[in-house]
Amino acid sequence: MSRPTRNHEYHYDASDLDRFAEIGEAAPDLARKFFDYYGAVFAEGALSEREKALIGLAVAHSIQCPYCIDVYSTKCLEKGSNVEQMTEAVHVATAIRGGASLVHGVQMRGHVDRLSM
Amino acid sequence: MTLATQHSHPAEPVQQMKRLESLDLSTSFEAAIATTPLGELRSTEVQTLQINVGKRCNQECRHCHVGAGPDRREVMPDEVVDACLSVLCEREIPNLDITGGAPELHPRFEEIITTAARAGRHVMDRCNLTILTVPAYRHLPRFLGDNRVEVVCSLPYYNARETDAQRGDGVFQRSIEALRMLNEVGYGRKDGKSILTLVANPVGAFLPAPQSCLEDDFREELRKRHGVEFSRLITIANMPIARYLDWLDRSGNTDRYMAKLVSSFNGAAALSVMCRNTISVRWDGALYDCDFNQMLDMKMLNGYPGDIFAFDGALLHGRRIAVGPHCFGCTAGQGSSCGGATANQ
Repeated sequence: MSRPTRNHEYHYDASDLDRFAEIGEAAPDLARKFFDYYGAVFAEGALSEREKALIGLAVAHSIQCPYCIDVYSTKCLEKGSNVEQMTEAVHVATAIRGGASLVHGVQMRGHVDRLSM
Repeated sequence: MTLATQHSHPAEPVQQMKRLESLDLSTSFEAAIATTPLGELRSTEVQTLQINVGKRCNQECRHCHVGAGPDRREVMPDEVVDACLSVLCEREIPNLDITGGAPELHPRFEEIITTAARAGRHVMDRCNLTILTVPAYRHLPRFLGDNRVEVVCSLPYYNARETDAQRGDGVFQRSIEALRMLNEVGYGRKDGKSILTLVANPVGAFLPAPQSCLEDDFREELRKRHGVEFSRLITIANMPIARYLDWLDRSGNTDRYMAKLVSSFNGAAALSVMCRNTISVRWDGALYDCDFNQMLDMKMLNGYPGDIFAFDGALLHGRRIAVGPHCFGCTAGQGSSCGGATANQ
């Protein structure tokens, strides 16, 4: 099967997202298990699909995955969320990331205490 | 490539068709339908006469598949109105669906409704809401209620930001005012006598949210923030024709949106698409399989009666429906029709 040409000048290529399934060409059993699991995770359950999409959007920003940001932005809209709700979800990710840095300041202070007179 | 030369006027139908046919889709609509139990799209008995009484409208929405607006001059003439009412009443077609433009602007709008209502037909008025706040039309909520007309209102979202982005500045607030006027005369009450249907369509290049979820959101938000009640909400996908197609092109979204429509093809949704039991009448009396084909001037196949004056229900029953790439807009995901989603997701 011929592959589409890829721009090697950039680490990220938006069209790579459409080729995600190609990852299954090697280690297909693992890929199948992953995609089955992925689909099950995002199905309606104790949390609604909309809630899961908003969590996905927040996590996408936290891990700074441009593919995931595009996918979950669209998914949130298609589940009925609006940009205010989506922005608040991003702030949740931001707060936790920022808080995670800041709380390490306690470790810093403990270390300083140990070294200081 | 941009289709329209002006915002208010979409390209001619032939140009729109050329644009649609130029798209590199992974499959055709005919091939997609062939994979379903239907095999091909054929009509059932005509249940609804949908009459487009003209393209004049007090709004100029960015997604409008009609390209309607204040400067449009197309208005259904008297002889076509008379022929439509004759067909409706003499052929026992149970539903009349009046659309436009803003159908309320037609000079015989009220007469059409009283005639159809007196004949016992279920009448739907596809209303943009804001027309009801214009002084000359403020009596219409009571008139519509008195005639048991189902008011089918466009409201893309429960916030001003999204609604105004699609339909124009200030439209949301005026729509809320109109909804309150409808509520005051009994629309949206639980007794079910006066049906108030909201129509939500995405404000952008994405598919509608699940209908039942969005209905719950609208109900909660409109009740909490505005004290507005409604009977039900239906979702409709944006059709890649006319102004919306032009917007897709200008925003660089056409290929991705069309790929999404194609990849989201749902054979179950095709069972209930509106073209199967509806006949669409253009302002000049020409007949089409649906309102979208009408806007693309996509005639019925095989020389079926071309206008309302030659209407033949028996001949129209079982006809093969003319389809094109835009038809993926009605079969994506949960499906989309004048009656909303056509399949459960």
